[in-house]
Formats: sequence, structure tokens, C-alpha cells
Amino acid sequence: MTVDRRRWLAGASAALGSLWLVGCDRLATNPTFTGVLKVAEQWTRHAQRAVTDRNALAREFTPADLSRDFKANGTMRPGDPAYLALLAENFESYRLTIDGLVEQPLSLSLAEVRAAPARTQITRHDCVEGWSSIGKWTGARLSALLDRAKLKPEARYIVFHCADTLDPTATDGAGVYYESIDLIDAFHPQTILAYQMNDGTLPVRHGAPLRLRVERQLGYKHAKYVMRVEAVASLDGLGRGKGGFWPDRGYHWYAGI
Amino acid sequence: MAERRAKVMIRRHSAVTRITHWLNVLVISALLLSGLQIFNAHPALYWGAKSTFADPWLSMKKVEVGGEPRGVTTIGGHSFDTTGLFGWSGPEGAREQRGFPAWATVPSWRDLSAGRDWHFFFAWLFVVNGLVYWLWGLVGGHVRRDLLPARDQMAPRHILHEIVTHARLQFPKGDEARRYNVIQKLTYLSVVAGLLPLMLLTGLCMSPGFNATVPWLIDLFGGRQSARTIHFLSASGIILFIVVHLILVIVSGLWNNLRSMITGRYAIDVEGDRP
Repeated sequence: MTVDRRRWLAGASAALGSLWLVGCDRLATNPTFTGVLKVAEQWTRHAQRAVTDRNALAREFTPADLSRDFKANGTMRPGDPAYLALLAENFESYRLTIDGLVEQPLSLSLAEVRAAPARTQITRHDCVEGWSSIGKWTGARLSALLDRAKLKPEARYIVFHCADTLDPTATDGAGVYYESIDLIDAFHPQTILAYQMNDGTLPVRHGAPLRLRVERQLGYKHAKYVMRVEAVASLDGLGRGKGGFWPDRGYHWYAGI
Repeated sequence: MAERRAKVMIRRHSAVTRITHWLNVLVISALLLSGLQIFNAHPALYWGAKSTFADPWLSMKKVEVGGEPRGVTTIGGHSFDTTGLFGWSGPEGAREQRGFPAWATVPSWRDLSAGRDWHFFFAWLFVVNGLVYWLWGLVGGHVRRDLLPARDQMAPRHILHEIVTHARLQFPKGDEARRYNVIQKLTYLSVVAGLLPLMLLTGLCMSPGFNATVPWLIDLFGGRQSARTIHFLSASGIILFIVVHLILVIVSGLWNNLRSMITGRYAIDVEGDRP
């Protein structure tokens, strides 16, 4: 092959390559196209709900399976002054608020949360990034707490408001972490507000004093540093309206896959 | 008597084969590019149910070597400098830490949520396209007629002969070109009945929702991180198939092959003394 021809071929393949990149990236920034891609989230949610028993359990493991290197993600230690004050006094005056569309709003101390009907489970935590860790969790069953607060019939989602500001640069007030789940997951037997991890007190990096476990969804749904549980009819008006900190930033609200 | 060569046009590919083939070209390209985007969110692979972060069997990362950033790929304890390709890539001066390089992902920049949007949308198309293909293939007889090797093709002597002639890039002519040769059949079968369904099943096994639906399937693959590994290896197998497939399409008659997959019509040489 002559040098000229080789150079020509190299040039042509570089041109084709950049054309390829530009083409894909133009599609990736086209709002109509990306909007069409988003419909798949609903297909997946409907399909999974249709073929899965609403009480089907996530796999539970044995103590031998526990990860010794359980990874923490998102906020590792909230810098929010209100949280730091609570942490300094070991959550003595912490109250879990349960309100919104309920007949009987609740304000529970940690001791009261610990006294509520509990469940212990060893489960696999699947991060949206692709890794998995296995941990043992003990916590109050969310269904029992919601039964005590008595949901109003118009309640459709349960929202978890958290203590940590994960995005301090957000100017629209949507920098604070929050998440939401539907009533199917809220009343699932494995859905708990965990205060223990691997038989010890829940560490700060894993969401002390309370973190949500919603075992049939990805890690970002498992809100840490939960302060308030709110029953709502719609996710509009919360954050940027998509029902969670990461959903507000492009991630699926239904994180079953 | 001079050898008389005649070309005969036969109908090689049905409309369903052609349409599902080209849809698959589009869908699998999107799945591969978005899959690598998702891989890049955690460019390491493990075996078993959970990640053992200190000990992945494969990883791509940026490592400082003598104050100089290098891309290092580690496979089974062996490390390779893959600067510019895996771990540390991009134009000189604007390199960044990433598993696969920008040209291998969609979007080219790092965006996990966009990659997931692409992946799951095209995964649905992949499933629908695959169902159409298999339904038609089984009911219409494509699989039995065109893909399952005929009895004479499975004779060891014949297979050996095919391997030898393939290695010399000599392809069947005349009547033998009316059907796929045995290597072709076995390769296509291992892709449409092996690798592609395996992609779907291992992909589903990475879904915590689906794990609760069909808990035994993930055990079959040895746990979620094994499923992720097998998903990756199976995708690598598909890339290998595509490369070999493209080379063979070119060397065994590019225009004839292309025409047959577009219009369905395929020309075969029939020698005069063997009508």
C-alpha cells in the first residue's frame, strides 16, 4: 500500500469516525429523540409489575455472604448544620415525621421507631453503576408505620425527605436529597426504615439514623438520612417534579432495572 | 470446449430475514455503544453475587506511573498499559479517566442516565425484533430449512473439508452455494440461539425487580456480578462475530452479499458442465 493511499485511508476512516460520533451525539442531544427513549421506562415498569407478584421477595442471603467492603455512595457525611447538630447529640432529639395525606400524623423518636414492628433481612444492594454489596439490615416495617398513620384514600406515593444536601450548587432548592415510591413498594414486606446495619448501629456513611430499604429497586432509591415520610397524591411540586433527587437529574423514577 | 459460466439468480433471504437483520444492525449497535457507556460507570467485573472491590477479575483504570497518568487494564491479575484506549483516553492534553474511549460509547461524553435510556429503549426493540424473527423462523421453517445443518453437512469429513476450504477463503460454488455451508449454519445458530438470548437473560438478571420475579434464573448464572460478567463476555462474543462476519461478507463477494440482504436475490455461479 503506498503512503498516499495509506494516508487517504487513515483520513477517510477518521472522517467516518467523527461523522459517527457527531451523528450519535446529535441524536443524544435531540430532545424529541431522548423523549422517545424515555417511554421505555414505563414499558419496563408495567411489564415488571404485570409479571411480578406484589409481595414477591428479593433474595435473602446468609451471614456468610455479607460484604466486608460494603460501598457507600452519594452523601458520605452530610454537612447540613441541622444534621450535624443532631449527630453531635447522637440523635437524642431526632424525630421522624410521618405526615401528608394521613389521618394521624406521627412524630416518632428513634426509640419509638425501634419499638415499632421490625424486620431483619440480608439483601444485595445493587448500585445503578453496576456494583453490588450484601448487607444485613434491621428496621421498622414501613407498612406498619403507615398503617398507624392511616393513609387517606387519595394517597398514591410515599415521599422520603432527607437531611443531606447532595447538590449545593442547585439554586432552585432541589439540591436536597429525596426519593419516592408507590404504594406497592411502600407496603412490600421487605420495605423498612433501617436503623441497624450488620448488627450494629447504622453508620453515618450509610444513612444514620434511618435509611430506606426498598429491595426490588436500585441503590439510589434507598434514601439515606430520612427525616420525614410524606404521603402525597402526586409527585408534582416536589424538587423538579420527577419524584427524586436522581430522577430530577435524568435517572428513571422506577429503578427496578 | 470452453468452460461456460452462467450466473443464476436465486432467492436467498426472505423479507422477514432482511428486515429483522437490518433492524438488528441498528438495535445492536445502539445496545453495544450504550452498554459500554453503562460499563464505564463502574469499569470493573467480578464473579459471584457481590463485588469484591479490591479484587475484580477485570478492571480499567487510571494509574499514576512516575507522576504520569496511564490507562491500566488488569485481567486476571495481569496488567497492561492501555493508555489512549482503556482507562485513560481522549485527545492529547484533554485525556480523561474512563473505561472505554469516547468513540465507543453513546453519548460520547460520560452520562450514565442517558446511556441507560438508550440501552433499555433499544433492549425492548431487540426483544420485539427477536420475537418476530424466532416466531417466523420456527413457524415459517427458516430455522429448520436454512439454519439446522443437513445430515450430509454434519459428516466429520464434510466439516473438516469446510474448515480447510474456509481457512483458504474458498467458498462453495454452484449448487452448494444454494444453501448456507455448515460453518455458516453453526455460527448463525450459535448467535441467534446462543449469544443473543444470553444477552437478554443476563441483562434481565441484573434487574433487582426481575430477580424477585424469577429468582432461580440468577442462580443459573452464578449471581448478579457473574451475570454482569457473562453479559460483558457475551457482548464481546457478538463483537467478534460481527468482525468476522463483515470480513467474510467482503471476501466472499461484497456486492452479491449486500444485494441478497437488501433485495433477497443472490447470484450463484453455475458451471457449464454441471448444469
